[in-house]
Amino acid sequence: MLDALARFGRRGLESLERLGRGHLLLLQILAGLTSLVTRIGLLIAQVHSIGVRTTTIIVVSGLFVGMVLGLQGYYVLSQFAAEDSLGVMVAASLVRELGPVVTALLFAGRAGSALTAEIGLMKATEQLSGLEMMAVDPIRRILSPRFYAGFLSMPLLAALFSAVGIIGGYFVSVGLLGVDEGAFWSQMQAKIDWNEDVINGVIKSLVFGFVCSWIALFQGYDAIPTSAGVSQATTRTVVHSALAVLVLDFVLTALMFGD
Amino acid sequence: MRRSLINRDFLQKTTVNSSDPLIKIRNLHFSHGNRPIFDGVDIDIPRGKVTAIMGPSGTGKTTLLKLIGGQLRPTGGTIEVDGQDVHKLSRKALYKLRMRMGMLFQSGALLTDLTVYDNVAYPLREHTNLPESMIRRLVLMKLEAVGLRGARDLMPAELSGGMARRVALARAIALDPMMVMYDEPFTGQDPISMGVLAQLVRRLNDAVGLTSILVSHDVEETAGISDLIYVISAGKVIESGAPEALQGSASPAVRQFMGGLPDGPVGFHYGAPALSEDLLSMRGAK
Repeated sequence: MLDALARFGRRGLESLERLGRGHLLLLQILAGLTSLVTRIGLLIAQVHSIGVRTTTIIVVSGLFVGMVLGLQGYYVLSQFAAEDSLGVMVAASLVRELGPVVTALLFAGRAGSALTAEIGLMKATEQLSGLEMMAVDPIRRILSPRFYAGFLSMPLLAALFSAVGIIGGYFVSVGLLGVDEGAFWSQMQAKIDWNEDVINGVIKSLVFGFVCSWIALFQGYDAIPTSAGVSQATTRTVVHSALAVLVLDFVLTALMFGD
Repeated sequence: MRRSLINRDFLQKTTVNSSDPLIKIRNLHFSHGNRPIFDGVDIDIPRGKVTAIMGPSGTGKTTLLKLIGGQLRPTGGTIEVDGQDVHKLSRKALYKLRMRMGMLFQSGALLTDLTVYDNVAYPLREHTNLPESMIRRLVLMKLEAVGLRGARDLMPAELSGGMARRVALARAIALDPMMVMYDEPFTGQDPISMGVLAQLVRRLNDAVGLTSILVSHDVEETAGISDLIYVISAGKVIESGAPEALQGSASPAVRQFMGGLPDGPVGFHYGAPALSEDLLSMRGAK
């Protein structure tokens, strides 16, 4: 009994210690913005690596999510003869919720895991130590550009996801199910609010970009420098990011849209 | 005002007497958790010489290099490099000092997404404002020194272990440092690569006027190029001197290490209960 209590306490202390290390790393990463200003090329290279290379999965997923929304929405709305509102339903679902959330989940799986593996392997192969011994700060030179690239890429990817999703919804609704094209677009235009829907969606995706990039970089930087250690860190990145995104989505939704 | 082409930080002058040792380690203590690694170590690394730190695996040779480079902090004692206490320096001052240190890691530690050329150019691009044409000349000269000018366009994954270490050596001397630390440069090398690397260490030391610190357990190769050897075991320096003097040492531990004897003060077996006791034990599945 006492042993179990001691183990529980030890694990609790270890978790707190990790949390502390994570926050200290975040402060150092954020401070790296000053040196990034003078070396914008580093940021652009990472936006390409993290953002641009994630677009394929975002476009394909967005298209199919939008198409499914069109199908499901039609079956529900047509029961109340409200299929003309399908455009609003598709757009609101995507811009408010599915765009930011699904993009963040895909980002964690594709870019987050890659970031963790890259940083973890750089640690395991002494590349980070090598940089330190060359008087190059690995946090400013390697981690900061990746963090800010993830933070900036996320809202752009979410916007792309939502835009492609709306096109997917349009194809299914108007092309396949015969919803009136004018009603589809005009109702969407009339009911989707710039601040209430679009800006809140962008804020959500900025928060998710911040958290997912931080988790991915911390897990890589804190990984045990062995193949098993990097593998565990990569798994933790995906699991922790997914949980953080879903919990934060609930909190943000309650704050933004709750009465 | 026009910016200087060269970052002057790593050209800073020192007021230290040139006959003083470059590195002074005094009463060094360091532990990994509860396991003591160093227990009162004193070492002097003279300028312009090749000094080897030798000892059995697990005695903390690589840890010593990390302590000298300021990547680890000792639990007691001091390490002075060129008159500066490494562990009392601010982060900025430590980075300035590191610009004057080169380190060759056991794995090479090359940046895997850069070519050989870009790896060697990396410290020059980070710490100087030299034009690309000048960087090109410097990189080609450094690669020529290690015999790999023709491999400039290869990626690190395309290099053999020996080639990777030679590229890492070219990178370590890119900023013309005052000293280079070599971490097990001969481990896992075939005899030809080992010979090439050993000669490179010696030649570079003499030609460029470096101070070299060589951590290794390859007795023959290391003794062949070193001016001074420190043998470390069980957290202490057990003997130091010229290679010839150590070959005739009276110390059983030094004789065992230099002669490669399987048993002696350093036991073959890791600490364990008696075999019979272990075999007859009914406890647990292990």
